[in-house]
Amino acid sequence: MVHFFNILGIWLGAYFTLAIFSFLYKDNPFYKVAEQIFVGLSAGYWFIYTIYSILIPNLFNPLKADFGANWIKLVPAVLGVMMLLRLLPKGNWISRYPIAFSIGTTSGLAFMKFVKSDVIKQLTATMINPFAAGNWIDVIGQILLVVGTITGVIYFYFSKKHEGAFGTTAKIGIYFLMVSFGAAFGYTAMARISLLIGRLQFLLGDWLGIIPH
Amino acid sequence: MAEKKKQLDRRWIFLTIFLGVALPLILKIGLPISVSENVRNVYELVENTPPDSKVILSFDYDPASKPELHPMARAVVKQCFQKNLKIIFTALWPMGVQMASDIVDQLKDEFPNLKYGENYVNLGYKAGGMVTIQAMGRNLRAIFPQDMNGTSIDELPIMNGVNNFETIAFVISFSAGDPGIKQWVQVAHDTYKLKTSGGVTGVSAPAILPYVNEQKQLTGLIAGLKGAAEYEKLIRTLGTATSGMDAQSLAHLIIIVFILTANINFWIAKKKEKKK
Amino acid sequence: MKRKLPLLLTFFIGILMIISEFIPHKPFGSISGEVENWFLIISGFAIILGQLSLFKVNWFKIRYKEQNWQYYIITLVSFIVMVALGIFWGTEKNPGLLGNGNQISAFIGSKPFDYLFDNIYQHLQATMFSLLAFFIASAAYRAFIARTFESTLLLVAAILVMLGNTSIGFLLTGWIPDSLNFLHLPKITEFIMKYPTTAGQRAIMIGAALGIIGSSIRIILGIERSYLGGD
Repeated sequence: MVHFFNILGIWLGAYFTLAIFSFLYKDNPFYKVAEQIFVGLSAGYWFIYTIYSILIPNLFNPLKADFGANWIKLVPAVLGVMMLLRLLPKGNWISRYPIAFSIGTTSGLAFMKFVKSDVIKQLTATMINPFAAGNWIDVIGQILLVVGTITGVIYFYFSKKHEGAFGTTAKIGIYFLMVSFGAAFGYTAMARISLLIGRLQFLLGDWLGIIPH
Repeated sequence: MAEKKKQLDRRWIFLTIFLGVALPLILKIGLPISVSENVRNVYELVENTPPDSKVILSFDYDPASKPELHPMARAVVKQCFQKNLKIIFTALWPMGVQMASDIVDQLKDEFPNLKYGENYVNLGYKAGGMVTIQAMGRNLRAIFPQDMNGTSIDELPIMNGVNNFETIAFVISFSAGDPGIKQWVQVAHDTYKLKTSGGVTGVSAPAILPYVNEQKQLTGLIAGLKGAAEYEKLIRTLGTATSGMDAQSLAHLIIIVFILTANINFWIAKKKEKKK
Repeated sequence: MKRKLPLLLTFFIGILMIISEFIPHKPFGSISGEVENWFLIISGFAIILGQLSLFKVNWFKIRYKEQNWQYYIITLVSFIVMVALGIFWGTEKNPGLLGNGNQISAFIGSKPFDYLFDNIYQHLQATMFSLLAFFIASAAYRAFIARTFESTLLLVAAILVMLGNTSIGFLLTGWIPDSLNFLHLPKITEFIMKYPTTAGQRAIMIGAALGIIGSSIRIILGIERSYLGGD
């Protein structure tokens, strides 16, 4: 019976893959049904995994095992229930407390982390001596890195009108941004094609058996 | 209406891309692959870590990015097992749990002596991203009191002495977005000084690259299917990334031909307009 | 009052998190550690809220017979089935209310929840995103035109990166002697990614970070309040 369900599983996978692909021809009921099943299963998965991975091990089990030592966990539990009250028409204001708690935690932490990792460390990594590089290719590259970062940041400064020397610097910044957007497009194209390759490896391999698995 | 007629029906483009990907998969050309510095750095990080070290591999992706990230994750996990590293699997995305389990299932036959709880453990998914990683750095046992099966981590030998990141050799995040590798860099590396590396989807690679710098916020980076194929070459195991690279190459070529054709058409039309 | 107390809470928690970065010792370190543990639990409830909210929205769509309302029945049924299977027989090795589902696992090969995930959900999600391969090709044909110097830069960088990231790029310039190795297409791609692209992305990263830092301060100080909603 297991073998039958394995085969059925592959056919189900193939059916739903083709149902989604049918959208490329035009929108149709097969696609719409598949799309809604996707949404429903996705929500169900998140729901179940949140219960089994977070609420049971980090909340219910500690409370059940040793309430005396873990009673403090009732605070996030109450805040969590207050969050759920958002579903009631008049419960909106109650949910502000857990939201305020979460936003406060994230803002405080994000403030510190972004200052260190995305500003200070990035600036430090840019303050290099380009001429210390081993060969002339890297020297050119490092000069580009320093110039590109500084001019790019200047481009994002909108409080001053982009004209004169400032405007020219910002313009150079745009050129670097354009190269980086082009590279990003190249990588995005690569990523999307990879996903299609994955699908066709399933259809041609697991389902049709044309290519070895 | 005339304008519309002139335009190519995009379904022809779709069909060309479909064939461009499908045919190389069937015919298998076997084009060569070159290894980049960033991928080699990740490989060397794993290679130079002493046996029996404990490492964290975080599965921060879901099936949407599986074709890109699964092959590199499998290659890294395999190398870790070959080097006798003890792996602690975690996930910042709920579906990452199943992704990690799937890879272990695939490698079980190759490493029959591996024991769950001794050589590897799957701690499962936790929400909260940056805040949760910060909390793991303070007290990992408070965040993960149990593994994904509900077993207390006190009963798992691999978790002996693991209270925070201090006894961990490195963390590698396979990341499809947020939360993922960015948060690991910001917290695990920049706050707790834990060596951090990872693999990302092609889409997020450019935005993560600035972390590969003199400050070693990231030690190397595996980007997209190409990066995965390079890694497979380094560990001498040809997998789905390598077999997909022919299709990748042809599809890229087709997209480039599309871009060039559109530009040639544009320039011809522009010249005609000027003549008029 | 309904807004002032939450604003005060945000302020205190935000400041506490910042102080504990500088003074990680007691009491700040231990309090913020507890706050982080609470955050995880509240995040769990937030995810549950999201799924229940989706249920509620779809339920209303069906109840008021909005356009294509029949399809939303499928959404709700799929949701309920997935949740019910997870609750009754659990997932992977987690037991559910009806036990570990050993009998049913022996029958179909895995737990019903995992069976749906492996054989339906995975394929649906992977295919949904793979559609973008077709659309990006179509977009490249329609929109990628070198009209200005900037767009030419973008286009050239994209083509070089795409070529360099393939085996064809490796083959095309494979004949180049070692002394001119820097003209080898994969090397050109590596150069573009390592220097000008990193420079551009770093500028974006610094700009975005300054934005996030600014909004964090505004939120902590109570200047930015939109997250609390109306009334």
